Amino acid sequence: MNTVMDQGAVAHRKVQMSLRVNGEDIDVSFAPYKTLLEVLREDIGLTGTKHGCELGECGACAVLVDGQPLLSCLALAVEFEGRSIETVEGLAHGAELHPLQAAFADHGGSQCGYCTSGFLMTAKALLDQEPNPSRERIKEALSGNLCRCTGYQQIVESVEQAARVINAGKAGS
Amino acid sequence: MSAKRRLDVVGKARRRIDGRGKVTGQSRFADDLSLPRMLHCKLLRSTHPHAIIESIDVSRAQAYPGVHLVLTGRDFPIPFGIMPASQDEYPLASERVRYVGDPVAAVIARDEKTAEEALDLIEVKYRPLPTIASPEEGLANPEPRIHDYGEQGNIHRNQSHEFGDIEEALAKSDHVFEDLFFFEGNTHLPMEQQASLATVEGDGKLLISSSTQNPHYLHRQLARVLQLPLPQIRVIACPNGGGFGGKCDPAGHEFVVCKAALMLGRPVKICLTRQEVFYVHRGRHPVLMKFRTGVTKDGKLTGVHLQTLLDGGAYGSHGPASTFYTGVLTPITYELPRFKFDACRVFTNKPACGPKRGHGTPQPRFGQEVQLDKIAEKLGLDPAQMRLNMVTKPDSLTASWLRIGSTGLAECIRQVVDRSGWKDKHRKLPQGRGIGLACSAYMCGAGVAIYWNKMPHSGVQLLLDRSGQVTVLCGATEIGQGSDDVLAAIVAEVLGITTGDIRCLTGDTGLTPIDLGSYSSRVTVMMGNAAMQAAGRVRDLIATAAAEQLETLPERIVLSQGRVFDEMDSGKSMSFVEAVALAEAKFGTMGAVGSYAPPKSPGRYKGAGAGPSPAYTFSACVVETEVDERTGLIHIPKIWIAHDIGQAINAVHARGQVIGGVYMGLGEALMEEQAFRRLPPKLSSALVHKIPSLLEYKSLTSLDMPEVEVMLIEDPDPNCPFGAKEAGQGPLLPVMPAVANAIYDAVGVRIDEIPITPDKVLRALDLKRAGKNPRVGPEYFPDVPYPEPIFVLPPGEGGDGSEIKDPDRRPAKKRAEASAS
Repeated sequence: MNTVMDQGAVAHRKVQMSLRVNGEDIDVSFAPYKTLLEVLREDIGLTGTKHGCELGECGACAVLVDGQPLLSCLALAVEFEGRSIETVEGLAHGAELHPLQAAFADHGGSQCGYCTSGFLMTAKALLDQEPNPSRERIKEALSGNLCRCTGYQQIVESVEQAARVINAGKAGS
Repeated sequence: MSAKRRLDVVGKARRRIDGRGKVTGQSRFADDLSLPRMLHCKLLRSTHPHAIIESIDVSRAQAYPGVHLVLTGRDFPIPFGIMPASQDEYPLASERVRYVGDPVAAVIARDEKTAEEALDLIEVKYRPLPTIASPEEGLANPEPRIHDYGEQGNIHRNQSHEFGDIEEALAKSDHVFEDLFFFEGNTHLPMEQQASLATVEGDGKLLISSSTQNPHYLHRQLARVLQLPLPQIRVIACPNGGGFGGKCDPAGHEFVVCKAALMLGRPVKICLTRQEVFYVHRGRHPVLMKFRTGVTKDGKLTGVHLQTLLDGGAYGSHGPASTFYTGVLTPITYELPRFKFDACRVFTNKPACGPKRGHGTPQPRFGQEVQLDKIAEKLGLDPAQMRLNMVTKPDSLTASWLRIGSTGLAECIRQVVDRSGWKDKHRKLPQGRGIGLACSAYMCGAGVAIYWNKMPHSGVQLLLDRSGQVTVLCGATEIGQGSDDVLAAIVAEVLGITTGDIRCLTGDTGLTPIDLGSYSSRVTVMMGNAAMQAAGRVRDLIATAAAEQLETLPERIVLSQGRVFDEMDSGKSMSFVEAVALAEAKFGTMGAVGSYAPPKSPGRYKGAGAGPSPAYTFSACVVETEVDERTGLIHIPKIWIAHDIGQAINAVHARGQVIGGVYMGLGEALMEEQAFRRLPPKLSSALVHKIPSLLEYKSLTSLDMPEVEVMLIEDPDPNCPFGAKEAGQGPLLPVMPAVANAIYDAVGVRIDEIPITPDKVLRALDLKRAGKNPRVGPEYFPDVPYPEPIFVLPPGEGGDGSEIKDPDRRPAKKRAEASAS
């Protein structure tokens, strides 16, 4: 896509497809060179997913695809037709925050909030698969996400707290 | 305010008021904004570190389909700069570029990709000039000058202050220690890349929403560069995705999108790439330091002569202030009878340095605290006890006439010593393991504004109505530090409601009273005091109206937990909402304003404006380390930090600020560096970043980060709202020297420069094995032409805070006479 297309016409022709985002099928048309991150933010309007490097280093753009964390800045959106994509906007149940969201808000897991979506989605993938992760395991799972504000400690504490709440909820139900 | 008053809100752990928006993805950062008909902007940046622009041909770019506008330096004849003394930068360079990354042209197009493609069609002819890579090169090569202003040659700032006869103090000392230190530059690396969206609103006025820490200063600079009256411009500071000082300076792209929006009549947005964020920089200055420190045999300081040499990069930026801050806070921590401080900032062909968390102060703190460790060892003293014996006293004046109010440093030292098990570990751990201690002090807001004026530093407006709605407006900027929550908490505490009852509207020059910005750790104290005043005024109206209804005295009315009641007769009570409605009926539309300006500083000499603050915080830090002598790898298992915060506003987030500061300090100590290299001559000898990407600029991950144990020392400061001092910057400062001191304790080598990387540790260990001085650090301090000092007598020596100009009372003359006789 580095070549300058004749009159720019070819490069700007859009593709049309249906993406399944947060349980909803969304018809969207976008330029085929766009990353999943760009399509989510610019064409679907889900700006909760952030960008910090466009190199796959910072984790701010992490979303879940079929339950697995994925750096949406490194993936072309055209590859995701029919896959289940989850973003931060889909975490809460109606007005009720997901336990991870509540814990991050209450325990200092979020300061400026810019990296928060990526951390939340990565942590969700972890807790969905391992409901009782050790502190070291949490740190390992989150080590691909950079945060410049918190020093990570209160993020890790927030994930531990969320795990307790989720597990208590399961035990109670 | 009664010291015994029970606090309902302040100091409690609570969800910050903007917490929900951050975890749902609803917080709107600048790049999350879009508008109908919005166009996108991209900048062409210089590929040369120093060159004359001979010509720019934009015709092909202009003709490219989808391009709406191409701007160059010709469109921006007026320069800008954050400080009145450094208006040396153009939104787009027109005649000369001064670093790789200097913006030279802008394309505004239908989308980012089109704009990017059109950038390739712009032809710039450069005539390369010789480049200056370091302050040493800048001192040795006055020509070519990077700027045609400044002290001389490539020296931007050059200054000297002497508080008492320093040579006499050193001569009378039992020991004089002389040490050189170097602190490499590093950058803020906020997770959010700067973005701005400019538009002309329906009323014909310009609006820019931007990731800026300082909307007020940006507002002033926009008016200057665009030649528009200030009221025709509105600046909204979006919540910043991290600032750390990197979004304090107005930046070229902000002017460019505004100009483009005005010319095109359409919204124009830009978001910088990560690489461009490295170019914009304004980060930590690389600083070379020389400390000559006199001590008595029992470890008391007699005098410090500090010399600093700053690598300023290509522009002035905050440079005049940065230069001062490499020394002015040095006398705050320990009693220091005499102090001399020489500082010089040199222009180089690299991205401009500016304010990063701690602004100029971490560098000399590193030097001073490592040198104290060396002194303690030489004198056979415990480094913690030696410091305890000389902490500054509350309500005292430094030799440089800074007024210290409250101090909790002694308590900070005692707590970290106690919690870390210092006495059982220092000089007692097995080889390879060590423990180190360091302290620091920082300001709670700069005592003077960036531009001279007599107006408030912060203003707060409160609006209330019969529904019980409380809206608080302030120009302060939320950069993640929690300023909105501080604002809400202070108002809530005074009015006896919860933060959830309050709506904050901040950082909008079109609506909110002026606050100078989120820098110098000023917000809690300055905005907080203004909020206290506004809320107190409203509270009095409510109490008066409620007392009338309840048939009691206003003095007996208490506002707490949503109720307004008689403190002697709890039967006389009503809800907050009822009381506001009564007050609205009695006094009319409800509201109040509050203002704050810091107290005047006693120093009267030229330069006395840098350093004064309404209050200072103090911190002490202990770092434990394990050093692998085969690889030089440094592992930090744990850090203890005590911070004299006065009063936490939000217990969770105060702790978070402290841990975050420790994290950033540890990253600087171990790995972060904004380093440059020269390309080979066949590639223009250009000075380029070694590492303009997040892949290569190393920062700590969750796996690298040790456990941090935080102790908040709460002793309310009378100058501060509910006694609350800063937490955002101070706790960073002692981390780097504590790491260096711990490494010495572990393996007996001194790394006198930051960052402390494994290769330096290995080099020092090799020296140790070879029986040489086991030290890695700068070897020499260049001959800097510091000026004749401004001489001021310290408070204890009969001065009045003014410069002593009478040659008979200056040390040079006295010394000449003494040597002659």
